[in-house]
Amino acid sequence: MIALLTRDLRLAVRAGGGFGLGLAFFLIVTVLVPFGVGPQTGLLTRIAPGILWIGALLACLLSLDRIFALDWEDGSLDLLATAPLPMEGIVSVKALAHWITTGLPLVLAAPALGVLLNLAGPGYLWLFVSLALGTPALSVIGTFGAALTVGLKRGGLLMSLLVLPLYVPTLIFGAEVARRGAEGLAVQTPLLMLAGISFGVAALLPFASAAVLRINLR
Amino acid sequence: MSIWEYANPVKFIRTADVLLPWVTVAAVICLVTGLVWGFFFTPEDFRQGSTVKIIYLHVPAAMMAINAWLMMLIASLIWIVRRHHVSALAARAAAPIGATMTVIGLVTGAIWGQPMWGTWWAWDPRLTVFLILFLFYLGYMALWEAIEDDDTAADLTSILCLVGSVFALLSRYAVQFWNQGLHQGSSVLRAGAVTGVDTTEKVSNVYFMPLLVSGIGFVLLFLALVLLRTQTEIRARRSRALLARERSA
Repeated sequence: MIALLTRDLRLAVRAGGGFGLGLAFFLIVTVLVPFGVGPQTGLLTRIAPGILWIGALLACLLSLDRIFALDWEDGSLDLLATAPLPMEGIVSVKALAHWITTGLPLVLAAPALGVLLNLAGPGYLWLFVSLALGTPALSVIGTFGAALTVGLKRGGLLMSLLVLPLYVPTLIFGAEVARRGAEGLAVQTPLLMLAGISFGVAALLPFASAAVLRINLR
Repeated sequence: MSIWEYANPVKFIRTADVLLPWVTVAAVICLVTGLVWGFFFTPEDFRQGSTVKIIYLHVPAAMMAINAWLMMLIASLIWIVRRHHVSALAARAAAPIGATMTVIGLVTGAIWGQPMWGTWWAWDPRLTVFLILFLFYLGYMALWEAIEDDDTAADLTSILCLVGSVFALLSRYAVQFWNQGLHQGSSVLRAGAVTGVDTTEKVSNVYFMPLLVSGIGFVLLFLALVLLRTQTEIRARRSRALLARERSA
């Protein structure tokens, strides 16, 4: 499993693109928002947590089809499937690798982008915490979507359609934590719910992803 | 004699052929009775005026939108466990009907909401959940369309249906947490609905009876459409198989 993880990480870093692209996309979305809604700092402060969450979510979505597509094309996914490692393990490792290469940079960059959107003082900590808790769920759910559409041509658009509705609960609780944090309200309830979704999804969804992947490799 | 006999496509088509005219006629009778009764022979509400009558479309359509998904969920489970092709095809056949019901529910709700709430749309939990349900239907249908191999498509969509159901439920409660709503709670099946005692918390009996008839009409309509579409799917698949056999011969 560790070998697979390091291989995926090394590929992501050396093949270029994957690592920086999501971050750059996140930055661009954040920059575009004030153009769209106007530069009033009061308004930006109010919408900053939500915008940053949506930006992170979209950046995450953008890189999902890379999870399996390259391995599918060069056949290494078939090799992995015949390896002694169970499919559930492969899927989990893939999700973890995706989170480390996409989710983690987003989490680290989000507070910096918060400055651009004039995020309120206490919001930085809670934005960071909510993204750190929530982006793993995004990666795991996204892995399921990527596994569903792995063999398809033009699968990317279909995958967005499949994955985005699944992101709804995570987004609601994640953005709620960030919003309440920024407004100085109590964050415990949504934080617990967000953690519940992340852990629950990480525990259960790999089974579905693995089943789907097995069907697609049949 | 067990229900699994109908998993045989030939038997299914034969039974559906017998059932279909009866179900269709019953659906039409119920719908016409319910809607005409509701629209022309019930009094106007003292506060809502004539707009109350959209209830005869709105409530049954919303009910069927959810029930269609439930039916797809059960059919998907049957496909996963027992691998009966008719089951997978029935799930596929139900999806567009459910999506249409969702749209009807949303649109009639908007038309009703405009005079009553003063807005076409509010980010109310029930409305939002229906919109999300519609997105699930879209994704489900798109996945069916995208995959060429029939069995693979059936497998993948049934798993999507299972996972989607869990997430739809999660979304339902998440959305309730996110925003308290404008939409009233259910007032159709409250205390007294069965015994027929009129109370102030529930829909008046004057409106309830036509609503019941039109609800039954929607159920029968759904049943007729699912039977028809499943038959079509089976026949389409058979003709494809025959063509393929002819080519290879």
